[in-house]
Amino acid sequence: MELRRSMLFIPGNSPAMLQNGGVFGADSVILDLEDAVAPTEKDSARMLVAHALQHVDYGTSETVVRINPLDTFGEQDIRAIVPCEPGALMVPKVQSAADIKKVAEWVAGAEKPGQAPVKLVALLETPQGIQEAYSIAQADSRVVALALGAEDYTASLGAQRSKEGSEIFTARSMVVNAAAAAGIQSIDTPFTDANDEEGLREDTITAKKFGFKGKLAINPRQVDIIHSIYNPSLADIDWAEQVVAALQKAEAEGSGVASLNGKMVDAPIVSRAQQILYLANLLGLRKETVE
Amino acid sequence: MSGVLKTAQAGTLESGDIMITIASGPSDSGIVLELDSIVLAQYGKAISQTIRAVLTAQGITDVYIKAVDRGALDCTIKARTLTALGRAGAVLKEDLV
Repeated sequence: MELRRSMLFIPGNSPAMLQNGGVFGADSVILDLEDAVAPTEKDSARMLVAHALQHVDYGTSETVVRINPLDTFGEQDIRAIVPCEPGALMVPKVQSAADIKKVAEWVAGAEKPGQAPVKLVALLETPQGIQEAYSIAQADSRVVALALGAEDYTASLGAQRSKEGSEIFTARSMVVNAAAAAGIQSIDTPFTDANDEEGLREDTITAKKFGFKGKLAINPRQVDIIHSIYNPSLADIDWAEQVVAALQKAEAEGSGVASLNGKMVDAPIVSRAQQILYLANLLGLRKETVE
Repeated sequence: MSGVLKTAQAGTLESGDIMITIASGPSDSGIVLELDSIVLAQYGKAISQTIRAVLTAQGITDVYIKAVDRGALDCTIKARTLTALGRAGAVLKEDLV
């Protein structure tokens, strides 16, 4: 499964930002045709992003394009962008499985022969979208992640956004649970105050506790902070290695039960340790890599 | 169609961008290109060639273009030229606008 610790929005009509999008080290860059682009510039941004996808080197960052809503320019965006081979499309304001099925059909119709299938990230930012999260996650095999867009969501609720985010507690839980049930990733809403680094840190810790696999970012400065929270700490890695070692020792001794520091090592503990080691290996954070 | 229907513009004067203004030229006027660039001495010829190549590929022969470049990459020059053509009423061969 690809890492999507950070997904960084880049305005789709800004050549300077589009050409530098790959230097910030985000796991994904989201070239934005929706909110970051004025209605009169949609054609211009679509053309620019289409060309950027073909000529700009985004390094190891996955290229994601946020298209416009399906009832505005969504279909035009798909026709223009999909043949330029983005890694994924982010679909805004997804309300139901039917929306995803429609997008998947348009994407299939726009793909070139032999092109790697374009993935989909469903952005849930309405009460109905949150309610339908599981059926959206399961609507098509192209869907690799559910993302939460809390600003539009809370506006629809009539709720006031706060720094600690109590008003999105239920939405966060529902998105994480639906994504996990469908076996895909969940990505948390962006922290919108780009100047509040401590606030971002706290919000990312909260998102990680909920079970989100990553966070949307609206400013390049946010990427490193998000990664610092999502990367396993040395203590985590040390613990995970001890779990695996305890398990191996128990197996070597023919014992069916492993324990570490007097506590039983059961399946969920092993699973968590393996996830930490998988991430640590992927990021090159371990002193020696255990195969 | 070998020209455009109306005057149109695409792009901005921000760093890394290029502003393309396009207007119809008289029949058989050819491509009249006026280029202003912060890197005119170094890349003026290459920028002109890129713009002309886009026009030729789209079958545009009689047109007036003013381009104000602020250090745009090749892909930006192509994208802005195509957008300006689309806005000016040219029928593009690529289904991108």
